[in-house]
Amino acid sequence: MISDAPVLQQSSEPAEAAAKPSRLSRYARPMLGILLPLILALGWELVVWSGWSNGRLVPPPSRVFATIAELARSGELLRHIAATLWRVGLGFAFGVVAGTLLGAISGYWSLARRLLDPTVQALRAIPSLAWVPLFILWLGIFETSKIALIAVGVFFPVYLGVMGAILSVDRKIVEVGRIFRLSGPAMIRRILLPAVLPAYVVSLRVGLGLGWMFVVAAELIGASEGLGYLLLDGQQLGKPAQILAAIVIFAILGKLTDWLIEVGSAPLLRWQDAFGRAKET
Amino acid sequence: MLALDRVSKTYPNGVHALARFSAEIRQGEIVAIIGGSGCGKSTLLRAIAGLDRASSGTVTLDSEAIASPHAKIGIIFQEPRLLPWLSVADNIGFGLADLPATERREKVARALERVGLADKAQAWPRELSGGQAQRVAIARALVPQPEVLLLDEPFSALDAFTRRDLQDHLLDLWADTRPTLVLVTHDVDEAVVLADRVLVMRPRPGRLFDQIEINLGRPRDRNSPLFENFKRSVLTSLDRSLDRSVPDRDATQGPGQAMWW
Repeated sequence: MISDAPVLQQSSEPAEAAAKPSRLSRYARPMLGILLPLILALGWELVVWSGWSNGRLVPPPSRVFATIAELARSGELLRHIAATLWRVGLGFAFGVVAGTLLGAISGYWSLARRLLDPTVQALRAIPSLAWVPLFILWLGIFETSKIALIAVGVFFPVYLGVMGAILSVDRKIVEVGRIFRLSGPAMIRRILLPAVLPAYVVSLRVGLGLGWMFVVAAELIGASEGLGYLLLDGQQLGKPAQILAAIVIFAILGKLTDWLIEVGSAPLLRWQDAFGRAKET
Repeated sequence: MLALDRVSKTYPNGVHALARFSAEIRQGEIVAIIGGSGCGKSTLLRAIAGLDRASSGTVTLDSEAIASPHAKIGIIFQEPRLLPWLSVADNIGFGLADLPATERREKVARALERVGLADKAQAWPRELSGGQAQRVAIARALVPQPEVLLLDEPFSALDAFTRRDLQDHLLDLWADTRPTLVLVTHDVDEAVVLADRVLVMRPRPGRLFDQIEINLGRPRDRNSPLFENFKRSVLTSLDRSLDRSVPDRDATQGPGQAMWW
């Protein structure tokens, strides 16, 4: 033991020295990620500007941003964003509520799992877009069928996430609850909910990602407004800048809403976030 | 008094873990249960805790039958089993949810002080060392002031120094309210340091084989010849419980290495 001590001290010194530049790179690292797209965008901008390409099919960034600015000025952009956000929001809400409820029931109650889960899994095996014709027949071409499609997309990851998380709650920790004679509701509130929360947040984020995917599908099928409509409109009228503009806005909105979930859940997951931080460095 | 009357346990898969185990444990007594692997000592402890029901036989605490976890019986497991989403202080106060907040805070603060972790009150469990985490688990189990505290190999995952520390610390805490301690262990040293009485179990099916009273005052000197004597008699009894010959045991194992799995 005694002979170990100096060795330990020695090895900790270089580690501390290495920690300093890594603090610098903490700010530099996100910049590194932006570097490649930035170079590509600037490069393409230069290529078009210098006349090597007319940029008709692949418009340079300046033209894409000009299109966004123009759409924004006319108020069109806001209308389309609002329509899409409304559909995603509503579909996500329905999907999350249904997925959480059924997932919790299947996870908590094994009889329900045996009854319910095989059916859900079978339905999950169907590519969700296959529902489109049926939803249009049942629910019409307007909002309801779109929201239903998005809700279906959100439902499955949330259902699976909740059920899996409940099933994998550590029996040893549940026993701690039993030792302190927690009632059923108290066991759910004080043991199961917090234990399930990290996996639940992940499943919400996966569900939201699918929600964004399906809103595009839904709006491509038939819509008079929405970002997906902008895509289709750009294709039919040969306006690649408008397509790229819609894609950029999809990216921004998708990232933003995902970030909202992350930030919203962070205070509840503080107990595990140092683990994530340790993995990053 | 904690009374075990012909407690038997057969698992659904047919394993006969425990056969007609009877013992009476006085209030405030420290009893160590020791035995080879598969002797049903953990099964026995879980039956006393009310976590698993015995197939037959009864566990009674002051003539009250125990079939499910009881407020007067606490348990410390091999792992600390802290709730990772609660701070150290909230983990300790976990069993005090029925108390008003101020009273709970007071008790938790006193317990933290008592286990020497007052500065860790707001730390998360993952920030603790193994020994610190087990201290928190001990505090959590003791703070509702149980009459019986069960310990299922509580220090076996810790290194030798920490283990010694915690054994002494446990005795120190025990002296506060003198609950009954029932300790399952496979460490002969630990059994002799802590217990008033060592129950030796015999495996397949698990049953009581021998009892050894440890008539030593406290604090006990782990190096005294008397201590060695008690250790030797527990070891001898263990050997006989496993139908092993006695002499070669002392030859191959020096003191302090007397671990039993």
